[in-house]
Amino acid sequence: MSKVRSILLDPIFNDNPIAKQILGICSALAVTSKLETSIVMALAVIFVVAFSNLAVSLIRHLIPSSIRIIVEMTIIASLVIIADQIIKAYAFDVSKQLSVYVGLIITNCIIMGRAEAFALKNPPVESFIDGIGNGLGYTFVLLAVGAVRELFGAGKLLGYTVFSINTEGGWYMPNGLFVLSPSAFILIGLLIWIIRTWKPEQVEEE
Amino acid sequence: MSNDSTRKTIIVALGVCLVCSILVATAAVSLSGRQQANKKLDKIKNILIAGDLLEDNKDVEKIYKDKIKPEIVNLETGRIISKDQYNETLNVDDFDIKKVADDPEYGKRVPSDIDIALIKKMPKFMTIYEVKDMDQIEKYILPVYGYGLWSTLYGFLALDKDLKTVQGITFYEHGETPGLGGEVDNPRWKQLWKDKIAFDDDWNVKLTVIKGKVDASSPEAKYQVDGLSGSTLTTRGVDHLVKFWLSDNGYGPFLANQREGMYNE
Repeated sequence: MSKVRSILLDPIFNDNPIAKQILGICSALAVTSKLETSIVMALAVIFVVAFSNLAVSLIRHLIPSSIRIIVEMTIIASLVIIADQIIKAYAFDVSKQLSVYVGLIITNCIIMGRAEAFALKNPPVESFIDGIGNGLGYTFVLLAVGAVRELFGAGKLLGYTVFSINTEGGWYMPNGLFVLSPSAFILIGLLIWIIRTWKPEQVEEE
Repeated sequence: MSNDSTRKTIIVALGVCLVCSILVATAAVSLSGRQQANKKLDKIKNILIAGDLLEDNKDVEKIYKDKIKPEIVNLETGRIISKDQYNETLNVDDFDIKKVADDPEYGKRVPSDIDIALIKKMPKFMTIYEVKDMDQIEKYILPVYGYGLWSTLYGFLALDKDLKTVQGITFYEHGETPGLGGEVDNPRWKQLWKDKIAFDDDWNVKLTVIKGKVDASSPEAKYQVDGLSGSTLTTRGVDHLVKFWLSDNGYGPFLANQREGMYNE
């Protein structure tokens, strides 16, 4: 039981795919300007990474090594298309904002990385849980960055006004930097710094 | 048999592809109805927003049915075409600007010297939406599009029945930077367009999006809209696309016909 627990929870703080492994940064910059898009993106990634891990693990003894990567990519790409279709059908407004980034989950290194590093060597149930765990690790960073960016960039959280902004008669002047991608770089950098100060064992040796 | 034999490789590849394609096809086919409905509803909603007809807690489709009458206009002659000329491409229910613009028969290239909106191709026909109140036309809602900074902006411009006062503008599809160019979606900015005058007394397009704030005391103020700060290029794109579509290359001939009818009656 404790093994399952650590597979699920380790990727959140101890071995976070973004903060520790520095994977999946690209989409973390692109979709975090608002909390809502971050949440939908995170759910899509959890879905894709969990099921791709499950599928790869189920056929791990059958995959010929010569086409290993292609088989993984086919599975991942199919899952991403399915996730994209579901979002378009059930969360149309969000899908308009996410635009191409859902499709780009295919290139998110976390998913390929987990298939290669974990699912190929472990049984299906553990692989599935590992997928969810890494998805949650990604989610944690996305939500943290998305919340800060929306709050300081637009004075809102999930579209509800928190700071009344000056163009609408309030006191807060939105910081335009936070709606642009570079701010996510800075925020993720700060987050990595915080995590590594809290857990110094994650610092790489020089 | 080893995993790496040619036969095994082909079998696994085919098997994976087969399963994946079935899953993808199932998802695409089973959800497409819902997606189409979403798209249509989104468009209707934006038409209503442009016409300032959206009311809370009211079914958008019902408002649309009650108030809006779509017509297809031949942009060159400026005439509304009759219903029996409708076909699969030209029909008011699913008029797809991109598809019609690409159509060899119904689309055309825009010569670069007049292409201020940077659209390259445009339809020869457009669906416009008349807002009616007891058979009287109240407003015209005209689809407009053009290039901003990163993307083509698709939207609607609503004109009053006097054919020169702007009633509203909205964009339903664009990829501009959220918070900067994306502020074209900001309701407060869109509100600035209401009651601006699009044409001067000789019916030349005069409406301009300026850089910075409009000086309310200037005699030009009624022709000017504030630019969005931090998005000079998106704002310029909006300015150009409005100018293009209201000019003789866009809805000019149609608006001239409507004026003639209106002022001769």
